[in-house]
Amino acid sequence: MWMPELPAFVPFFIGAVLALVTSGKVRQAILLITPVLSGLHLLTVPVGTILSFDFLSFQLQVFEVDKLSLLFGYIFHIAAFICMLFALHVKDTLQQVSGLLYAGSAIGAVFAGDLITLFIFWELLAVTSVFLIWARRTERSYIAGLRYLIIQVLSGVILLVGIIFYAYKNQSIDFEFIGLGDTASWLIFIAFGIKCAFPMLHNWLTDAYPEATPTGTVFLSAFTTKVAVYALARAYPGTELLIYIGVIMACFPIFFAVIENDLRRVLAYSMINQIGFMVVGIGIGTALAVNGAVSHAFNDILFKGLLFMSMGAVLHMTGKIDGSRLGGLYKTMPKTAILCMVGAASISAFPLFSGFVSKSMVMSAALNNGYGWAWALLLFSAAGVFHHAGIKIPYFAFFAHDSGIRTSEPPKNMLMAMSIAAVLCIAIGVYPQALYSLLPFDTGYNPYDATHVLTQTQLLFFSALAFVWLNLRGMYPPELPSVNLDIDWIYRRLFPAILTPFFSTFWAIDRAVRRVFMRGVNGLLDMISRHEPDGILSRTQLSGSMVVWVTIVLAVYLILSFW
Amino acid sequence: MAENNNSEKKYLFDKPKNVKRLLYGLYSCCIALVLLEFVIHRHIYHSWEELFGFYPIYGFIGCVLLVLIAKWMRTFLMRDEDYYDKLEQKQHQLKTDAETSSESTKDSKGGSDVDA
Repeated sequence: MWMPELPAFVPFFIGAVLALVTSGKVRQAILLITPVLSGLHLLTVPVGTILSFDFLSFQLQVFEVDKLSLLFGYIFHIAAFICMLFALHVKDTLQQVSGLLYAGSAIGAVFAGDLITLFIFWELLAVTSVFLIWARRTERSYIAGLRYLIIQVLSGVILLVGIIFYAYKNQSIDFEFIGLGDTASWLIFIAFGIKCAFPMLHNWLTDAYPEATPTGTVFLSAFTTKVAVYALARAYPGTELLIYIGVIMACFPIFFAVIENDLRRVLAYSMINQIGFMVVGIGIGTALAVNGAVSHAFNDILFKGLLFMSMGAVLHMTGKIDGSRLGGLYKTMPKTAILCMVGAASISAFPLFSGFVSKSMVMSAALNNGYGWAWALLLFSAAGVFHHAGIKIPYFAFFAHDSGIRTSEPPKNMLMAMSIAAVLCIAIGVYPQALYSLLPFDTGYNPYDATHVLTQTQLLFFSALAFVWLNLRGMYPPELPSVNLDIDWIYRRLFPAILTPFFSTFWAIDRAVRRVFMRGVNGLLDMISRHEPDGILSRTQLSGSMVVWVTIVLAVYLILSFW
Repeated sequence: MAENNNSEKKYLFDKPKNVKRLLYGLYSCCIALVLLEFVIHRHIYHSWEELFGFYPIYGFIGCVLLVLIAKWMRTFLMRDEDYYDKLEQKQHQLKTDAETSSESTKDSKGGSDVDA
């Protein structure tokens, strides 16, 4: 008997337990089969399925399926399979088990029909994913993982407080449209915003993702931020503030990406930029805009995953990831280079690649709804994406000056995972109707009209021309071994710089006070316990004086007894 | 290392001629794309788009500005590679050292003394 109500995260959690107790080929099979079986199960689940049960006085809807959640459910299954395949050669129980749990948590979160279930999976996302960072087992990744965990758990705590306020006021915990208004809605908004890498709250992403293992970063890039985009699309569509936030997110990271040396960190900045497009779409909130936002999330998982995979492959094979230490790898990793360029073309939104068919929906929606300024800034950042992700990543890793590194193609499973992602990127670009049919709204949008193809191609080719011109003129900033300051400077440098002297002064005062006090106590004890002839306890006393004292005590007692 | 590579086989972009070819390919594509504007009638949604060659100009100038501003940002944002590591790993090291040493000395000293 088949039950469509079986929540989609359950197979992943069972798979994780099985992976924990098996090893070798059996475990590899489990890792690959879990997302496949779970995905086949999800295909049979119709829209409108609900599994709910009562918990205390609340009705928990652990599994609620509609078109929006189903879209994210599908892409998370595809991503989980690709990630698992990419990481198949890794012999690390920690990474493989936490990878499955992490994917399962993300799937659980998008099918959560109520806020308490959402909160549980929200926290599980944080706790399961941090092991993918720690699994690198370096001091640096350990510290970065701690920072990541603190910020992620903080997002969960803020969400919980928001949910408590919300439930108290609305007498409902259904996860549906919330909209900005009272304190509760703001708290939930901020909690989503942290995971969504809103400006100023974004630094956990660029800090932690590049410190994860070569395969772990691919997992990380797929799930956490996209769950946040999904949550925003469900609870805050049409919130105008999101347009401003999204435009800032789309624009500022590209400056950092241009001067960043760690190529996976370049991709992390580029990720915030892409999420910016989605956030703008959600902020506009029309059918076309929300369609654009969620389909761009769908595509971003594939092409950003592909780019992270190609850089993971480079890191895996060479042990290096800095632009200043790489170059010329196309000579020995031509297949990886080509796959990377497919990802680069997709993220840059070249016609016939996946980014083209989704990004344009957000841009068109911005123009249609009178946000011309937003459109102009998004257009600038679209050109910038091509510059830093489309050209810089492949150029500095695979071409540029020859670093002298001679290696070979990565393991077969890595190449296969990248190939699947690349094929999907092109397939969606060539035949976007397949993706459009999965979208929550039917808008009849067609990306391939002459104007759009021409203008986009012009924009991209002249961006490339700018890169070439700057390079030939020697004006392009060289890749330098360096760190760039970002918001994390506040909590990694400023706070320690202020708090360390503060606490050292505080502890010094505390120590001094305690020393003085202890000296007093010790002095007193010394005085009492001294046994020299004039010591307080060794003095000779007359027995007559004792009689006098007893008489006095008795007299006082007698007087007191009169009252 | 560099000397050894001379005997190695020549790859695609080791020949300057191929790089030149690629660049000329790009230049001709750019020219063709601008010329296409005479043939294809663009739909105008925003007043800026009325300008001839708006997208090529916007793309080129946008990217040049992007790079120049980013380059300028380096002057106040860039630090050494181990800028954070120096501090954080030292603190982490101190902490773990303190933990291990306090465990070993606890018994002999009989607890952590404030005056110690």
